[in-house]
Amino acid sequence: MSGAWAFDAILAATVLGVAAWTVAARETFAAVAGFIAYGLLLALVWVRLAAPDVALTEAAIGGGVTGVLLLSAAARLGGGVPAATAWPATSLRLTAGALCTVVAVALAAVVLLLPEPAPSLAPQAAAALPATGLGNPVTGVLMAYRALDTLLEKVVLVLALIGVWSLAQDAFWDGEPRPQRSAPPPDALVFLARLLPPVGIVTGVYLLWLGADAPGGAFPGGALLAAMWILMLMAGLAAPPAVRDRRLRLALVAGPLVFLAIGLAGVFSAGAFLAYPASWAKPLIVLVEAAKIVSVAAALALLVAGPPQRSPR
Amino acid sequence: MILDVFSLLAIAGGAFFFLAGTVGLLRFPDPLTRLHALTKADNLGLGLIVLGLLPRVDWPQGGLKLIVVWLLVLLAGGTVGQLIARVAQRPVPPP
Repeated sequence: MSGAWAFDAILAATVLGVAAWTVAARETFAAVAGFIAYGLLLALVWVRLAAPDVALTEAAIGGGVTGVLLLSAAARLGGGVPAATAWPATSLRLTAGALCTVVAVALAAVVLLLPEPAPSLAPQAAAALPATGLGNPVTGVLMAYRALDTLLEKVVLVLALIGVWSLAQDAFWDGEPRPQRSAPPPDALVFLARLLPPVGIVTGVYLLWLGADAPGGAFPGGALLAAMWILMLMAGLAAPPAVRDRRLRLALVAGPLVFLAIGLAGVFSAGAFLAYPASWAKPLIVLVEAAKIVSVAAALALLVAGPPQRSPR
Repeated sequence: MILDVFSLLAIAGGAFFFLAGTVGLLRFPDPLTRLHALTKADNLGLGLIVLGLLPRVDWPQGGLKLIVVWLLVLLAGGTVGQLIARVAQRPVPPP
């Protein structure tokens, strides 16, 4: 058991070290590299906490997609610019330090004062799980018990994309995002972008299907599909779609729309918004997840592609 | 017993390559030699660790997954090595 304890201690120390290094890094690019490493280490922490669902999502979103997003933002800012140009005034730094200390102390106090044993709905949730036909309690929580949160989360993703799009100049509003690079992409990247997507797409869909009974689901699966699309965009094998493309917009709202439609149908068939009729729970949940993976993949890839910067062809 | 010794030797060999790769990454003088050290750690080190773990997982499901993981890391490591080397060879722009 001491081996596992030593591993956890080293892991925790490394996470804290990488976090401190990321905050202290003076260069944008270095800070982003640190953040990506931090995301991957955090995924390992979730694995050690026996939360593989969170680990998958953290690795895919926190390490992967957010990393690419920050990298392209850093590139647009002009790589190598120092993260901070001037030190803020001493009074401001002291105030910020004091506020941070208050937050840290309050968080530590809350953790120490938590009731023992912790209040938990886990037994009730596990007891009601067979009614949903699902084998994975995390998917049960996401899709049945807390479906409203999950629905709103999908809407937020679309809103975030609209926020990115709204940075476009008026002339390019319905146009296309700029291709990722102007020079011809390196041969090695093109080779990878031809070889990897078949594997990645199958794995993404497999994660979606697996989500009903084991760690997986629409979010990590969608992130994997988005990664494959981003890879093909970067290698110049696919052109970024125009914002005005109807199919694209349909793909973006498919998840929230199907979720909302099934949720509203629940008012009549099961007596409550977002409730599922008893024997139909699992097929409906798989249907919603299938629609969600399309929207998640499209939204994440387009977030990375950025605002439209040229007129549609 | 023989399988245990085999696993132990292979995983220790893999760990050695990771250690050597890390030392090389920290000690070698320029980006290309550092990349050389790093890719050896990824390819050989992970390969040996996968080899050592193979007799300890159920076949074919677990074993094939491990092999696929190794192949994917080979592919990604090789590609990233090429891409970084390309950037490293670019002339440094005047400040």
